[in-house]
Amino acid sequence: MTVVNETVGIRQSGIGVSAIRPDAKEKVKGDFIFSSDLSSEGMLWGQTLRSPHASAKILSIDISDALSISGVHAVLTADDVPGENIFGLERADQPVLADDFIRYAGEPVAIVAADHPEVARKAADAIRVEYEILSPLVDSYVAITAEAIHPEGNVIRHLNILHGDTEAVGDVVVEGEYEVGMQDQAFMGTESGMAIPSPDGGIDLQISTQWLHSDQEQVATALNMPMEMVRVTLAGVGGAFGGREDVSMHVHLCMLALHTGKPVKMIYDRNESFLGHVHRHPARIWYRHHASSEGRLIKVEAKVILDGGAYASTTSAVLANACCFSIGPYSVPNASVEGWGVRTNNPPCGAMRGFGNVQTCFGVEAQMDKLANELNLDPVEFRLANALKSGDTIITGQKITGTAPVREVLMSLANHPLPEPPSDNILERPGGTGRTTDGSHVKRGVGFAASIKNLMFSEGFDDFSEARCIVNDGFIAIQTACVEVGQGFVTLVHQIVQEILGIEKVDILPADTSIGSAGSTSASRQSWMSGGAVMKACEAVVDSLISDLSNEEGITFERIGTVLVAPDGSTSIPVADALQGRNYDETVVHRHAPTVPLDKNGQGDAHVSFAFAAHRAVVDVDEELGLVRVVEIATSQDVGRVLNPIQARGQIEGGITQGLGLAILEEIVLVDGKIQNANFTDYLLPTALDTPTIEIAALIEEPEPNAPFGAKGIGEPPVISSTPAVVAAIRDATGLDLNRVPIRPEDIALG
Amino acid sequence: MDKDKPSSGYSLSVNDTSHEISKSWLGESLLYVLREKLGLYGSKNACEQGECGSCSVLMDGVLVCSCLVLAANATGRDIKTIESISDDDSLTDVQKAFVDAGAIQCGFCTPGLLITIHDFLETNPEPNVLEIREAISGNLCRCTGYGRIVEAVQIVSKQKSVGKGGSDDSS
Repeated sequence: MTVVNETVGIRQSGIGVSAIRPDAKEKVKGDFIFSSDLSSEGMLWGQTLRSPHASAKILSIDISDALSISGVHAVLTADDVPGENIFGLERADQPVLADDFIRYAGEPVAIVAADHPEVARKAADAIRVEYEILSPLVDSYVAITAEAIHPEGNVIRHLNILHGDTEAVGDVVVEGEYEVGMQDQAFMGTESGMAIPSPDGGIDLQISTQWLHSDQEQVATALNMPMEMVRVTLAGVGGAFGGREDVSMHVHLCMLALHTGKPVKMIYDRNESFLGHVHRHPARIWYRHHASSEGRLIKVEAKVILDGGAYASTTSAVLANACCFSIGPYSVPNASVEGWGVRTNNPPCGAMRGFGNVQTCFGVEAQMDKLANELNLDPVEFRLANALKSGDTIITGQKITGTAPVREVLMSLANHPLPEPPSDNILERPGGTGRTTDGSHVKRGVGFAASIKNLMFSEGFDDFSEARCIVNDGFIAIQTACVEVGQGFVTLVHQIVQEILGIEKVDILPADTSIGSAGSTSASRQSWMSGGAVMKACEAVVDSLISDLSNEEGITFERIGTVLVAPDGSTSIPVADALQGRNYDETVVHRHAPTVPLDKNGQGDAHVSFAFAAHRAVVDVDEELGLVRVVEIATSQDVGRVLNPIQARGQIEGGITQGLGLAILEEIVLVDGKIQNANFTDYLLPTALDTPTIEIAALIEEPEPNAPFGAKGIGEPPVISSTPAVVAAIRDATGLDLNRVPIRPEDIALG
Repeated sequence: MDKDKPSSGYSLSVNDTSHEISKSWLGESLLYVLREKLGLYGSKNACEQGECGSCSVLMDGVLVCSCLVLAANATGRDIKTIESISDDDSLTDVQKAFVDAGAIQCGFCTPGLLITIHDFLETNPEPNVLEIREAISGNLCRCTGYGRIVEAVQIVSKQKSVGKGGSDDSS
């Protein structure tokens, strides 16, 4: 085990250095082109009319008034969808435009193109839709047995995990019920893009997304067009966090562009963005934990209900994660877990950073604290005694063959010094610069939590990424369809080329559908998948070079670092020098080890690799006002290998801040299925004042076998156990149960 | 444009250049006109209701959210956007610190933050961490958790402190 403290080291380039983003300069100068910055001669503006009702029958749609407005070029409804009026990421179950029933408030009903965005908005307002309003189904528990609101039924997935002796009983038993509210990804750049009709009758779609090829397939189906005529190109992405994995405006833009024969641009405003993408699944979770009197976990029983909202999206995968990892990063011999992902008339839910693991981690970590308390054990010691390690079997019957340094993560964090005692500065107390508190009711608390996350896609999905390395007289270009959302993949591409070919200057070609799929930028998968593909494409170039040199010079070189060395050591030449004057074009597909679906008892080698993290939160709470100030969050994380220390830190700090948001600030509030706070005035994102100092106690570097460069994905773990750590700290300060997140002031002040 | 949408021509002074905005709907925000009429896309549109700071510009030297200003009302004012902060190839000290400190991820909030921080350091060149956090608390960032941004401001502040009395190295 190596514990690194972000030493950049002496290397100037390649893997492991704090390389600077290649797009950094454009981004600080305001020159980087985001999808909302696209412009084209003669372009029109698109607008979407959405249902104000959560459940309704459409009786009639009258577009005549809208069409008569000067400047309006098109008003389209479900009747105008050229192909199948249905799309979906895991299963096609969602209409492009509602044709008979409305299943959530915000469902698209009609689309407009006009010469000015205000005219388009006005035209959308002028469309007359007659609804028969129905009573919405908004309770996820009731939904399991309620009358179906969709032809495919209300239960999107029901999953049982039965492991070991499900009748086993522990000496100590604790129960708890937990709830997680609906969190929004709240990426800064709202959905936007442009579709341009092409002379061949096809369409060019420039869009901010997470998965170009999935978009292409869904758009082609809805347009009734061959895949190759739908060309999707990545436009600059202003953050994603899961919320761009599903199709939003894609088909609408293409329909309007094809209908009018003009480029059409669309930008959702913030309100519409809340309606236009999936959210984190709200969860209701019940646990019963059994432990021996010596403090060993004996059995975990759990029931999990995820509210998928009106359409399936990725509910199936989110439920699998929630259930498979419902026991946390601990060794548990026996388990009985049952989960439902259900359909309601709430807004659709799907991917968000840490999907599924976030929800059950909140519950299971509360249970671990309860058990430790019941057993009169230190919460960290209790976790250490039950920590998973390599070679252990998780509750799906899968043996962990890779690294699992859970003990190292926990110990390094526990040994990290605590922050200074509360300050006398009123500005540093709960309420902060609002000078709200007088300080007399402020108490400090410390909380601890740990997590497990599966990396990449699971359950038998054929997960791959394609990369191309073009060498033109020593100049290098790399092409993938991997979506850069801000995580820094583009930096990693440079580092990989430097590491293997020793060449500093790299052109990264636009990500589009002219190359094979890179899969989604999600599930902490792109460093492993597309990073691995780029690595192999560079290696393929070296192989071709070695083969050519062998033919030309009779010497079969071997690559050592970035240098080619003769077998007898007599000659050597840097790869970069040997590539001068030569041309290569290598395309490689990279796959991770195959996985299998879960069987009827939820057993099987369904996952690829696992990453672990722990968080310790320190909070000051004003019990009278219900206000919380998070003083510090410290973390240790299992990363395999640090590829870029400064980018790793950025992922960790950003993820923890989103976890803090779920703990005390962020929730989409619904009444009868309707969002009450679809704006940044009422949906509270952490500001710089809500965000504490984040201490990285350790990044544990145990290289993961089979992972390119030994690196594990690092994007999701920071968001998972940071939430329960903050809640545990507030419990520690207040003595309250606090079984629901986000915690609101009244939960503390009136608790 | 119809009678419900009064339009008129007016001029705007942006980044020391006068622009004639012809036959424009008077309801357009300064942000919309900067972006869609003048092609100055550096000011961003994350919330368009004054909550996120991504559209920050200086108007007569005062930090404002350009989404909350009617463009026609900004006539006669001196407007400075992110595009005016540094010349073609150069970076300001704050821009450079953002790059070096890893303060950029998706970059959508970056222009607004840079306008805010340049303005802030003018009035408070050696702030403490709490002052930095308060100064940027009107700029939302969803990627970074603000840590590297605070770090970038501290880097510049330290440089300013060291460079006191010496030559101005701010651009």
